[in-house]
Parts: sequence; structure tokens; C-alpha cells
Amino acid sequence: MSGLWNAFVELFDTRTIATIVAVSSPLLFASMGETISEKAGVINLSVDGSMMLSALAGFVVAFEFENVWLGFPAAAAVGVAVALIVAYGSIRLSLNQVAVGFVLFALCTELSRFLGSSYVGRQPEGVPAWDIPWLESIPFFGQVLFQQNLMVYLAILTVVATYFFMYRTRKGLELQGIGERPEAAHSRGIPVNRLRYFYTAVGGALIGIGGAAFTLDVKLGWSDRPTRNFGWIVLAIVIFGGWHPLRVAVGVLLFRTLEAYALNLIPEFPSLSQVLPSIPFPLMILALVIVNWKAVLAWLDRYPFLRAILRSDPPTAIGTRFEIN
Amino acid sequence: MSLELLDIHKHFGPVRANDGITITVQEGSLHGLLGENGAGKSTLMKVLSGFHSADSGRIVLDGREIKLANPDDAIEAGIGMLHQDPLVFLPFSVIDNFVLGSPGSARLDRKKAARELSELCERYGFNISPDTPARLLTVGERQQLEIIRLLWLGARVLILDEPTTGISADQRAKLFETLKALATEGMSVIFVSHKLEEVADLCERVTVMTRGKVVGEAELPVPPEQLVEMMFGQSIEIHDRDSVPLGTSHLAFDSVRTATGLLSEEPISLDVQSGEVIGIAGMEGSGQDAFLRLCCGMRTPKEGTVSIGGKDMTGKHYRDYLAADVKYLPAGRLEEGLIEGLTITEHFVLTGEKQSFFVDWNAARERAVEQIEHYTIKGTEASTAESLSGGNQQRVLLAMLPPELTVLLMEHPTRGLDIESADWVWEQLLARRQQGTSILFASADLDELLRYSDRILVFFSGRVIGELDANNTNVEEIGMLIGGRRAPSSGSVSS
Repeated sequence: MSGLWNAFVELFDTRTIATIVAVSSPLLFASMGETISEKAGVINLSVDGSMMLSALAGFVVAFEFENVWLGFPAAAAVGVAVALIVAYGSIRLSLNQVAVGFVLFALCTELSRFLGSSYVGRQPEGVPAWDIPWLESIPFFGQVLFQQNLMVYLAILTVVATYFFMYRTRKGLELQGIGERPEAAHSRGIPVNRLRYFYTAVGGALIGIGGAAFTLDVKLGWSDRPTRNFGWIVLAIVIFGGWHPLRVAVGVLLFRTLEAYALNLIPEFPSLSQVLPSIPFPLMILALVIVNWKAVLAWLDRYPFLRAILRSDPPTAIGTRFEIN
Repeated sequence: MSLELLDIHKHFGPVRANDGITITVQEGSLHGLLGENGAGKSTLMKVLSGFHSADSGRIVLDGREIKLANPDDAIEAGIGMLHQDPLVFLPFSVIDNFVLGSPGSARLDRKKAARELSELCERYGFNISPDTPARLLTVGERQQLEIIRLLWLGARVLILDEPTTGISADQRAKLFETLKALATEGMSVIFVSHKLEEVADLCERVTVMTRGKVVGEAELPVPPEQLVEMMFGQSIEIHDRDSVPLGTSHLAFDSVRTATGLLSEEPISLDVQSGEVIGIAGMEGSGQDAFLRLCCGMRTPKEGTVSIGGKDMTGKHYRDYLAADVKYLPAGRLEEGLIEGLTITEHFVLTGEKQSFFVDWNAARERAVEQIEHYTIKGTEASTAESLSGGNQQRVLLAMLPPELTVLLMEHPTRGLDIESADWVWEQLLARRQQGTSILFASADLDELLRYSDRILVFFSGRVIGELDANNTNVEEIGMLIGGRRAPSSGSVSS
């Protein structure tokens, strides 16, 4: 028991928290991308493969041109290309989004292994650390939030901007509208399918940047499938976060915290070292089960504020096509 | 604004939803568009609101021809449409619904919009709070929200598609009052409905549509008989048929009521005897479907009892009804009746009497060939269900019926069939009747209802509005009841 407790206490170490924030940036970018895409009604199920291929593209471009900043636009371009295939397949070719996404996942993953094999072990220059003057000296917050690097700041900014765009702007409301009830959006003169292409592409760009944030920052360099499972985690966290950018971001941090906890437990329970890293997954499922429990739902209905925080329903038209004759 | 629709054509594949429609709507008038379900009214209005684009035809607004490529153009031109199911975003708040799609600054100013919403609400006497999620509003309130939104966007022509479906009587009165007020302000209102009574109550002028065409126009008021005649055509001659002596009670309803939705308001009592044919009339979705499902145990009543052959069957499972020889053939032959992809032989295997573990394919094929011959089905034992024409699908369904039946329930037994197949179907049904089977069938064909029924039940907005003796009624009376108007001459109206 004391082992569990010790590992828990260690989580509150400022350095641990700062690390959790630092390693969260790939998932933050990608989860915002997926949230935007799904809010518009398009499930980009290729995230895991898309992130991987973008991570490779970002790494290769940064390595070959010896400039880390060139890596990110390259990664974003790959993310956009994959996302547009999903959008085109669904909107234009009437293909099932899930099927196209799955195939693209497999394709991108294998492609990245094949194309990246000669780059295994090469070291590019990573994103340099950059403390924000003044703010970095604030106790605790300074170290956690402002002694990071540009990509971490951008990730946090992306979360805030996504939230602000979605809920405070006219265009953001339209984005929600096309994923919620496309025919109603259409009747209000909103070009549903054109916007779906656009937001899927924006989402793809963020997914791509997320991939590159891993190979160019969090864990520098290329290895075999470096970002594996990130995409699937992102898909789960978007659901867990109820398609709300801030809650999705909290979900990412929570997931990373659970992971850190599992890592802290390994020295305490060395015999379980193989099992512990998978602990965050069942815990996420457990959280989903609790929030969807009928009794809990009934209880939540009495507290609208709490309900709004803990639960929301998927965009009604998610994964469906919109067609007018 | 005055509005002219000139020679509008709109086809969906082979279906001519609008086949050369010309309508003129005067400025500041309440114009009714009357017709049965499927007459093409909604299609026409979707064309007018830019939702669909017409194949050909012109739209002239205030003497100027306009092109409506998408809903944006229509809103721009001042044409707003309230759809039958109000197109609101249910999880969003009222105010978000209000501003979504409106022009304005990039950043949303919900406070300002909420003020304007409240002003409009006050002006028209609506009571909608900006922060309520739209899913908590009643259908009537969702309509009010949409009307106010369209006015706010500057609509000068307001189209309402079947707006009284699903709203309360109070809300309907409120809606009509609002529409009248809007018309006096110069708004042109197009009121689309299949309910005679409502059009007669509200409108100043009416256009009647049938099968994609305009079949009549009139300044209101006119005698309702005239409108009924426009909607349903001339009176039909009734043929004599063999009378079958009625026997014992086969199906009885004692004050049956469902918990929610259709058929929940007024209890139904009914006694159907052996050999009796009951026709079920009404606009689609008036409760006929729910009624038939109550008869066969697919739905359970909240109150009252259902008995089959004198035995109380209330709350029993569909299988128990099947065991009591009650059979239901729904309208969707391919959706609910037959299984796509399976052959005729396989269908007979599934409905066969002996349910052994292994299939005796030779015997099954023999039986299928036999039945195909007996029922003159155009197809082979290896034909799949979807490869058959509608008439032949119906034949297969009838061939699969067990030999003994107490009650046979059918939806649109001859819809989509050619005359030969339709006659054949009724030959089969009347033969069943001779054997004592009670038949209840829903149909939109008044001729069919009058020709084959002993009694006709007319459904209107979820209740039985009339029970008629088929030998003692006529198309006008049925038509009026279907439209929701209780005829004063009818003495046998029950509930």
C-alpha cells in the first residue's frame, strides 16, 4: 500500500508536473485536430498512421535541411494530405469514413516504417528550450508552464484558440452546426461539404504537427513506429473529453499523469513492470463507464453545471454524409 | 412581396415530384397549398427556399426573376422556410440557434442578439428564453424560434410546411394568430398542409396539388366538398360484392390506449367479427400504423384489453399472436416482409411448418416450385426477393401465409401494383374472408377502401375520428374525415 501512496506523492513534484506538460504536446495538437474534424462531422480514423507518417516527414525534412522549423510545415502537409483523402472518400466517393480511415492508418504506418528505415538512430537538432522572460520566475507555474519550448507553448495556445474559436466566434458555431445537423446548416446557407473539407484539413494539419512534435521534440529522432498507439489514444480522449477542446486537453493531461503514475509504480512493484504501463487504458474506460451510467446520468441531470462539465453527447451527424439533390 | 412560380419541374429519378407547377402568391396574403402526402408540396417549397434546385421553371419575385441555387440565395431574396420538422440544432442553446448562419462580425455578440430575440419574442407574444437548450423546447416553441429567426433575417415570404403536425391546439391557435398578424404587416405566407380544415380556417386563397400537378385553385371560403373533390377526384361507383355472414368475435379492443404519441389521447373500442373486412383510412402517419401494431402484439397498450377469438391477449408477445393465427403484412414488403438476398426457396424454408435442424433442400425447392405455380409468381425458386417486382413480392408474402388465419392485418395491400396483380391480391384476400378470416387493411386508395370494406375506420392525428358503414358512405364523407373535418351528416361517428 505504501508503494501506491509513494508513487502518488511523487506525482506532485514540480519537475514531474513540468515533464507531464512537456510530453503532452503531441497529444494536445493531435487531439485538437481530431476534435475539430469530428465536430465538423468527419471521423479521421487514420490519426495513428497519419501522425506516424507526419512524424517521419517532419523528422526527415528537419534532418536533411538541418533546420528543425522546416520540419513542422512538412509534417502538417502530410497530415493535411491524409485528412483530405478521408474527406474526399466520404464526401465525394460516398465511402465509409471508418473503413477509409482504417486502411489509411495501416498504409501510413507501414509506409513510415519502410521509408524511415534508413533514418533509424539519426539525431536531428531538436526544438530549443525557450523560457518566457518574467513569467518563468513565477513560483510553480513558471517552471511548469513557462520554462518549456515553443512547441509546448504553441500546443497550449492551440487548445485555447480552438476553444475560443468554437464557442465564441460565428464561424466556430457554424463548424459545430455542420457536424450537428447538416441539413439545418444547409438551410441557413452554410456550405456544409466545403467546410467539412476545410476543417478536416485543418484537423489533419494539427495531427501532423502533433506527430512532428514527438520526433523533433519529445523524443528526438526516428525509431521503429515511434508514435505508435498515440492516434488511438487521441481518438479515445476526444470521446472521453466530450468533443470539448478544454476537456479534451484535460483528458490528455490526465492520461499522461496516469502514465507517469504507472511509471512511478514500476520501482515499487518490479514484477508488474510489463503490466503497469497499460493501466491508464482500463482506467480511461472505467471513467467512461461511470460517466455513462444511468444512475449517474440521472443524478447529473439535477446539476446542469456539473453535467456540462462531465458529459456531452457526440455531434449528432458524426460519421455521416450530407447530400442534397 | 408578390411571388410567382412559373412552370416548375423537379424530378427525382423517374418520379415527377413537380410536373409543371404554376402558382401566384399575392403580397400580404395567406396562401394555402393543399394536397395529400406525396403530392409534391414539400418538394415545391424546398425548391422555393433554395434547398433543392428545380430542373426547369422560373421564380419571379416582385416582377423580377430570381435564381435560387442554394438556401443562401433564398434568404437573400427574403424567402424563409419553416420545415415540417423545425431545422433547429437540438443540443445548442436558443440563442446559438438564433445566430447560427446569420451575417455579422466574426466574434459572436450573444448579448446583443439575445436582446433582439427578446424584443421580437415580446412583439409576437412568444416566451422563449435565450439560454434554454433547444432540445427542451416543445415543437411549437421550436417553430416560434424559427419564425422569429427568419423574420430577423429579413424574410418577406414565409413558407410553413405542415406546421401543425406535433403541436398542441393552443400553440396552433397562437401560430395562426401570428401568421394573420404577419400577413397584415405585408408578409406573404404560404401555408402547406394536408388538413382541409386548417387551410379553410386560415387562408384566403388555396392551391390544390395532386401527383405533382396543380389540380385546382380557389378563393376561400368555398364549400369543403369542392376542395375534397379537387383532392380526391370524382365520386367512385361502388360494386356489389358477396356478403359473408359475420360470425364470432375475432379481434376485440376494449378502451385501448397507448402510453405516448399516436393513439394515446382517445381510447379505441372495436369488435371485428369473423369474415369482416375493416378498411383503415387516414393521411399517412395518423395512427394507422400504431393501430395495426397494437392488433398484432408488436405494441402493448397502456390501458384497455386486446382479445383475439375471445381470449385476452393484452401484453402477450408477438409470437403468441402468431400462434393465435394473427398475421401482419407491413407496407415495407422488402424492408419488413421479405429478406433481401434470400431466394424464394429460402423464404419458404424460414416459414415452413416443420422446423428441423437440417434443411431438406429438395423438399423446400419442390414446395417453392409448387407455390410459384399456384400463386403465378413471375420468378424461379432461385430468384432473390429484391429481384421480384412489387406485385410478385406481394404474391410471395401471401403464399407464405399459413393456411388458417384468424386475423390478417395488411398495410397498403395493393400499393404500387398493376391492376392485374391488385385484382389477384384481392381475389386471394376475399377467398380468405370466405373461410372466416377477419381482414384489417390500411390504404390510401379510397376506391379500394369503399370497394372491399364492410366498415371503414378513419384516423386523424392519432385518433379514430370516424367509423363508417362502407355501404352507407361516400368519397366526400371519407375525404372530409381524412382531412380532420367531422361531417355533420355522419351519424355513426364514434371514438
